[in-house]
Amino acid sequence: MFETLILMLDATMRVSTPLIFAALAGLYSERAGIVDIGLEGKILGSAFAAAAGAAVFGSAWIGLCFGILASVSLAMIHGFACITHRGDHIVSGVAINTIVAGLTVTLSMHWFGMGGQTPALSGDARFLDITFPFADALQDVPVIGAIYSNLLSGHNILVYLAFAMVPVTYWVVYKTRFGLRLRAVGENPHAVDTAGISVSFIRYRALIICGILCGLAGAYLSTAHNAGFLKDMSAGKGYMALAALIFGKWRPVPVLLACLLFGFLDAVAVRMQGVEIPGIGQVPVQAIEVLPYVLTVLLLAGFIGKAIGPKAIGRPYVKERA
Amino acid sequence: MSQAKVPTWVNIALIPILNILLAFLVSGLVILAIGENPIEAAGYLIYGALGYNEGIGYTLYYATNLIFTGLAVSVAFKGGLFNIGGEGQAYIGGLGVGLICLSLDHTMPFYVIAPLAVIGAAVFGAAWAYIPAYLQARRGSHIVITTIMFNFIASSLMVYLIVNWLKEDGRMAPNSRTFEESAWLPYLHELFSPLGIDIGDSPLNLAFIWALLCCVFVWGLIWHTRWGYQLRTLGTNPTAARYAGIDTAKVTIWAMLISGGLAGFVGLNEIMGVNHNLLLNFTAGYGFAGIAVALMGRNHPIGIIIAAILFGALYQGGAELNFEVPTITRDIVVVIQGLVILFSGALEHMFKDRIEGFFIRRAVA
Repeated sequence: MFETLILMLDATMRVSTPLIFAALAGLYSERAGIVDIGLEGKILGSAFAAAAGAAVFGSAWIGLCFGILASVSLAMIHGFACITHRGDHIVSGVAINTIVAGLTVTLSMHWFGMGGQTPALSGDARFLDITFPFADALQDVPVIGAIYSNLLSGHNILVYLAFAMVPVTYWVVYKTRFGLRLRAVGENPHAVDTAGISVSFIRYRALIICGILCGLAGAYLSTAHNAGFLKDMSAGKGYMALAALIFGKWRPVPVLLACLLFGFLDAVAVRMQGVEIPGIGQVPVQAIEVLPYVLTVLLLAGFIGKAIGPKAIGRPYVKERA
Repeated sequence: MSQAKVPTWVNIALIPILNILLAFLVSGLVILAIGENPIEAAGYLIYGALGYNEGIGYTLYYATNLIFTGLAVSVAFKGGLFNIGGEGQAYIGGLGVGLICLSLDHTMPFYVIAPLAVIGAAVFGAAWAYIPAYLQARRGSHIVITTIMFNFIASSLMVYLIVNWLKEDGRMAPNSRTFEESAWLPYLHELFSPLGIDIGDSPLNLAFIWALLCCVFVWGLIWHTRWGYQLRTLGTNPTAARYAGIDTAKVTIWAMLISGGLAGFVGLNEIMGVNHNLLLNFTAGYGFAGIAVALMGRNHPIGIIIAAILFGALYQGGAELNFEVPTITRDIVVVIQGLVILFSGALEHMFKDRIEGFFIRRAVA
């Protein structure tokens, strides 16, 4: 029983990683007042660019750079539409998701000709698992051994980075001047403007951070969690991250917990396939799969707590002219 | 700036055409970047979509789905609502059609099944839109997020229902049994052939006519009824609507019900018209494509028909293009679709303000 739990928590960490990156990405963007439906597209774009870069140059790190570059470029298109041209945030996000879904397959057909996939990555072209010191030696110690050697040790560096980004985000958003301004442009951009600070510049910087984090999420999918790019491999993770962001009420630590909960549900769903529970019978996998979405809808409906987003979210800022 | 001074043709023709040309230009650059000739590609595409009867039939068959989802998006848009859940509503609408066909096809003739299937599609699609609509209107949760969530919930629900309940016994394939012919919508080429007119073999069926009727219905509803006026008022200025005594919550809910019902009709075309069984993922992104269609069609039924035929032509032409130039898959059409959403939706102000400014200055001078 304990071992099963460790295994499921281990799976939870792996599945949650892209959700954590993407949900934190959304946190920066939405706290600055920019709705980001395009998380999905940025993850997919980065997953492709990272896998392509890693396949060509044989290095996961170079792949990661390409992934981040792709994702930040997409974030800048979003910014150009939403900030500079005061376009609708949701329409722009849908546009980005659609363009990326088509473009990744078109380009990978052209470059690799493998039916929309990239070549399988191995060795340095992937982020490999890191074994903590003494993990093997501690393996047999009861409880601690299982937690240290099996749960905490043996993930790739991006998993640890994702978890580390949570306190970093907390610090940036709540303890720095940039963070204060970031939250201010999301709540009351006029006040920020009055203080002589450029609303657009802050929002663009928020989107750059959003792009970098989505880039990490995508690179994780294609060069760490899997060994290559597959068509539509983001498979709704961006939307689930968005759900986690709302479920965590736009705050870093609750967002982390929401991501872990959703990741855990995913691990449970895999585990429960074909398992009979005494008294209930077989629980359909789909019933567990939809839980994150159902929970988010219930939360939004105000049945479990209340989700109140940043006040100025989704509204373009128009500077008053004489 | 006042709209009145800008000539109408600028708004309904010049700006949409400019946006679509820009989208084509960028797609052309993509095709150039992957080492193919965009002009040649466009040639194959146009020939494949419009060059022969069968191609035209396929184009209109794809356009049928796009008219339904485009209308669905635009009815919600008119009320200031962004229904991004057309995909899920179409999926569940198809379930309604499928259940009617599966339960009645052995006992009832076509003329009984067909109207019931239309009602089934509308009721199921509308029901799936009802919950997000209710939550938006009465509990203030954001409709975009809830409709996205409902797309995923619909997808899981359909997998569960088809795999566990509706699948044919003893088969692995995740789809229901094939309906009896009494539950098939007749193909248009079958209806035309007794008249001696050959329109080529294609999946184009009676649902296309129903789509055109829906356009007339939506046009009448939005521009010629009291409710349509309330809807447009709500979309233009919610505060004014409330001040004028319009029950905005009720209008919101009805707008989404109609929107969901229209999206549900995709099921008629796909399930009853072409596949003749209930299967997974038949919506194939039509719900999202409807956003591009509505944006390009400026939320007007005429515009939506034109935009749907254009995108239908891209879908069909894209298949032909892939056949002639194997390196260009139909995914390029998805790129074009995305670019249209970007240029005529998200970046609509980029040209619009300048062009309108130009015409206003000219009018004043």
